[in-house]
Amino acid sequence: MLRNYLPIIMMMAVAALFGVVMGKINEFIGPKRPSEEKQSTYESGMEPIRTARERFSVKFYMVAMLFIVFDIEVVFLYPWAVSYKHLGVAGFATMFVFIAILLIGYFYVWKKGALEWD
Amino acid sequence: MFALTPYIVLFPLLGFLILGLVGSRIKSEKLVGTIGSGVVGISFLLAAAIFIQMLGLEEAKREHVVTLFPWISTFTGTATSLSVSVAYQVDQLSILMTLIVTGVGFLIHVYSIGYMHGDKGFWRFFSYMNLFIFAMLNLVLADNFVLLFLGWEGVGLCSYLLIGFWYEKKITGDAAKKAFVVNRIGDFGFLLGMFLIFQTFGSLNFDTVFGSASVMSVGNPALKWITLLLFVGAMGKSAQIPLYVWLPDAMAGPTPVSALIHAATMVTAGVYMMARCSILYALAPTTLLFVAVIGGVTAVFAATIGLVQNDIKKVLAYSTISQLGYMFLAMGVAAFSAGIFHLMTHAFFKALLFLGSGAVIHGMHDEQDIRNMGGLKKYLPVTYKTFLIGAIAISGIPPFAGFFSKDEILWKAFSSDYGSVFLWLLGVLGAGLTAFYMFRLVSLTFEGEERFAHDTHPHEAPKSMTIPLIILAGLSVIGGFVGIPRSLFGGNAIEHWLEPIFASANSKLMISEYKVVWSEYVLMTLSVGIALAGIYAARIIYLKRIEIASALVERYNKIYSLLLNKYYVDEAYDAAIVNPIVNASDKILWKGFDVRIVDGLVNGSASLVAITAQWARKVQSGVAQNYAIIFIGGIVFILTWLLVK
Amino acid sequence: MNLYYTDLITNSPLLTLTATGLLLILIESTKSTRTRLTFGVGIVGLAVTGVLACFHLTPEQSTFNGMMNAGGYGSYFTIIFVLAAILTFLLSRSYLERMGNNKGEYYILIVFATVGMMLMASANDLIIVFLGIELMSICLYILVGFFRVKDRSNESSIKYFLLGAFATGFLLYGIALVYGTSGSTNLTVIARSFPTVSSNTMFIIGVALMVVAFSFKVAAVPFHMWAPDVYEGAPTPVTGFMATGAKAAAFAVFVVVFDRTLGFSGGKLNLVIAMIAAASMILGNVLAIAQTNVKRMLAYSSIAHAGYMLSGVAAANTEGQSGVLFYLIAYLFMNLGAFGIVGIMEGEDEKNLSIDDYAGLSTQRPVLAMLMAVFMFSLAGVPPFGGFFGKYYVFLAAVKANMTWLAVVGVLTSLVSAYYYLRLVVLMYFRDGKADVPMKPSFAAMVAVCVSALLILQLGLYPSAVVQLVQSFH
Repeated sequence: MLRNYLPIIMMMAVAALFGVVMGKINEFIGPKRPSEEKQSTYESGMEPIRTARERFSVKFYMVAMLFIVFDIEVVFLYPWAVSYKHLGVAGFATMFVFIAILLIGYFYVWKKGALEWD
Repeated sequence: MFALTPYIVLFPLLGFLILGLVGSRIKSEKLVGTIGSGVVGISFLLAAAIFIQMLGLEEAKREHVVTLFPWISTFTGTATSLSVSVAYQVDQLSILMTLIVTGVGFLIHVYSIGYMHGDKGFWRFFSYMNLFIFAMLNLVLADNFVLLFLGWEGVGLCSYLLIGFWYEKKITGDAAKKAFVVNRIGDFGFLLGMFLIFQTFGSLNFDTVFGSASVMSVGNPALKWITLLLFVGAMGKSAQIPLYVWLPDAMAGPTPVSALIHAATMVTAGVYMMARCSILYALAPTTLLFVAVIGGVTAVFAATIGLVQNDIKKVLAYSTISQLGYMFLAMGVAAFSAGIFHLMTHAFFKALLFLGSGAVIHGMHDEQDIRNMGGLKKYLPVTYKTFLIGAIAISGIPPFAGFFSKDEILWKAFSSDYGSVFLWLLGVLGAGLTAFYMFRLVSLTFEGEERFAHDTHPHEAPKSMTIPLIILAGLSVIGGFVGIPRSLFGGNAIEHWLEPIFASANSKLMISEYKVVWSEYVLMTLSVGIALAGIYAARIIYLKRIEIASALVERYNKIYSLLLNKYYVDEAYDAAIVNPIVNASDKILWKGFDVRIVDGLVNGSASLVAITAQWARKVQSGVAQNYAIIFIGGIVFILTWLLVK
Repeated sequence: MNLYYTDLITNSPLLTLTATGLLLILIESTKSTRTRLTFGVGIVGLAVTGVLACFHLTPEQSTFNGMMNAGGYGSYFTIIFVLAAILTFLLSRSYLERMGNNKGEYYILIVFATVGMMLMASANDLIIVFLGIELMSICLYILVGFFRVKDRSNESSIKYFLLGAFATGFLLYGIALVYGTSGSTNLTVIARSFPTVSSNTMFIIGVALMVVAFSFKVAAVPFHMWAPDVYEGAPTPVTGFMATGAKAAAFAVFVVVFDRTLGFSGGKLNLVIAMIAAASMILGNVLAIAQTNVKRMLAYSSIAHAGYMLSGVAAANTEGQSGVLFYLIAYLFMNLGAFGIVGIMEGEDEKNLSIDDYAGLSTQRPVLAMLMAVFMFSLAGVPPFGGFFGKYYVFLAAVKANMTWLAVVGVLTSLVSAYYYLRLVVLMYFRDGKADVPMKPSFAAMVAVCVSALLILQLGLYPSAVVQLVQSFH
């Protein structure tokens, strides 16, 4: 039974190894010119240490939410795609409706200007 | 003919709908009045037609049930499924009640055309009155407890609306609220009684319930509770001790309302209900005794208060309570037909007296205090004569209507297996007091010197008011002849007529065969003598030698102020019951009106609201975290309870 | 995977309303300045849904591979929800205009909340139950906070959301435990395996946690704490919609899961529900007395009514089931009507919300006062209004299930409730005051409250029609 998981473990090992090896190669052969800016912790362009009581623009949330919505869509699409052949026309129709509903949502979001940053 | 029964009920409803919906648009008072009284008149004619047909039928065929449609049918298939139809039962008792309600009701409607003339709520008044008639007819014609209860609540609602008719006055609003609240207590008892009936018999249909009751044995505990609870309802609606307090205040409503609802019809609903359920009461002798004592005590208690009241309508209100006491006394000693007989005659003469008082108030430009009247017979001759007839009738002087019915009750109170000398004494005492206060009223209002201001010009009422008075006066004279006892060589037609209704109750009671005995004549003479003495005393004190009255007041100052303040019952109740918390009053009811508990609740009820508010404020803090904690607490409690025990 | 076209036909009410919602989104995207179109299309869509549901009152059938039931019970509830939504639509328009926040999204959210409720009522699988609850709740969270600029509206929205998420957690946990022990989320399968798993502790915990979550949704004590704050802060028509539609949906699930699927009688869990019912009746009614804000008073009253209805659920017999179904439709009209009048009375900046603001209303606005009196009498359970029979049926069910004590608690607390309901009537009729509406009530709102009052009377005078219908569902 556990044998079934062997490929997965191997996959994980390979992935880990790949990550470590690539990092190390970079470390060995890359040029190093340290400066204060570069030494500081990287936080997607944000100042890493400062007060936590800060107001984020609501635009960030908007993007995050939209991201989640369409991300979940992809999550649904994967298992559907895998078993697409079994599901037949009914499966296709169902997924068509699903995507159409999301499309309407996308249209709404677009028209309401949620995708514009300014 | 029986098929016409639904129309008896339908016409007042029609009147209510027409007047309620478009009444405000009808400019002509005449038209509103005609519609309002017309529909009741038609109902009366229909009822009379059915009655005449019933007279021609043999006894067994007089009862008839007209089913209209299934109303509540629930949970069919189970053993005790409830099914109630809107169905009207016409029989000897209900047709009699229908005739009284529509007949007296019609006269009062006609009277109101004159009395309410010029009131801005003229159409509203008639629409409410029609609604009342509709509800009352449902009450008396119902063939099941649910429909009866609907009518019961309906008349309560109309009473509430009509007491508070002049809603811009604060006093009417308070009186209406009081009536509503006190009646709710009674209704609560009634409702519990209904539940218990359903529990016991599995049905709420009269035929089924009474049918299965007739094979039960005397003293069944379930029946004891049912009858007691139903009687609690009757105490509220028919203003018996201790739930009588709303009726005197209800006089704040227009006088025709007092005449129709608070004298002739609605307040007698309790008596009717007991008569309808006679078989249940016959099987519960304990309740019967309780009813008799409550009735007898109320009869005397209310009469004593009536002795000293100065408001013309208040006197009549207490008199009504007292007379209702008589009816319950009759019921309590198992003289059911005597009670119904008195109900009928009382409807005639009390409606007459109220309408007469209305004519006086109308003629005196809204003066109600009899101390500011006197000598009015010169100005209101018709009113005076009819009022006098009413007073004689209620005092029980032969051959007026009141004599026969009251004497029947007194005799039964004495001679019945369920009566006693004590009950008889209460009745006779009440009779003497009644005669006294009625003639005090007559003397102070219509006779003696004129005590009103000179710029008041009393005037006789218009025709539309005096004609009903005259008709009612006629009925008060001859109304008793349907019940002349055999001892006076009469046929006691009404008892005979109602016999089939009470047959099964009477068979349970094993009432011995009626025989004319000499003691009946003695008692009859005695009660008439006491009534005459009361009248004589009143006339001496209030006409000939007025100084006696004030001397008496001075001498018995304490008693006088006790009576004048109605034994301070209102004050005691006000403190406890009419206080904001309605549920407090229910608790008092259960505890049997124990004074100590009343006192305790005065403090309790006042602070209940404050305490709960305080507590709620603390718990309902507005902090979501606290709510979550309580949420968790609930889960922990539920899981512990489920898993540990 | 099988998809039968008959499923689409039998589920046409649900599909119609979903399509309506989507259409509304498109309309809103293109013509956002004209809410009138959104409003109109929404009403038409709801009405069509209701009519379709009326045609599907036929016996139930299993659809979508046993995930959902179509017709019968679900259609009955669909009618309730659609009526609630239509009445809310009618009441909202003038209200939102008065408050200066008339946006099309409001109507869309109500439509989707209604779709969620319909899913709940026709669910035959715990997953669908969950889906419906979430769809409904998320729409409601937003609706509660619809007045973005008002602190109180925001506060109540976030509170509702936090506690709602909390309850959802327990619901999922309960579903997981039930799934783990019975092996399925399908209610039919759970019902079949019930005899074997009913003694399993994990199963009982799972069901108890579901009771907790549903009790939260119906606002029953002790999971009611959110209700007064949220009801007070939400826009008044939304409060009415929550107190009737959402509550009805939660009861639909309650009855489906506990009475129709598990149907245990005399078990300990029934006693738990009975205790929750008793606590709700007592606490709701007693605390309502102390309130001075009409919306808060009605919030506590709605907690108490949840208690009355839970008595019917706790009884777990056919009478209780019919009783709850009848109660819900009566409650819909009387409560939505009452909130409707509160909404009509309410002025800007939360004016006119105190009970004292109703003093003397009968002289200024006799029709409004009369309608409010009808709703109050019905809520108090005075015959001949619909509320009386609702109470009567659920208490009768409790008595039949040998829970007489519960019926006694119910009757006594109803008496207590008469006090605060009638206090409003007394204020309106017998106290001097200058109570008046801030603006002439709109025609739509008046239609909504008048129709509610008439139906209340109809239910009180002739309950048989509805009762016979609901009896046909079991």
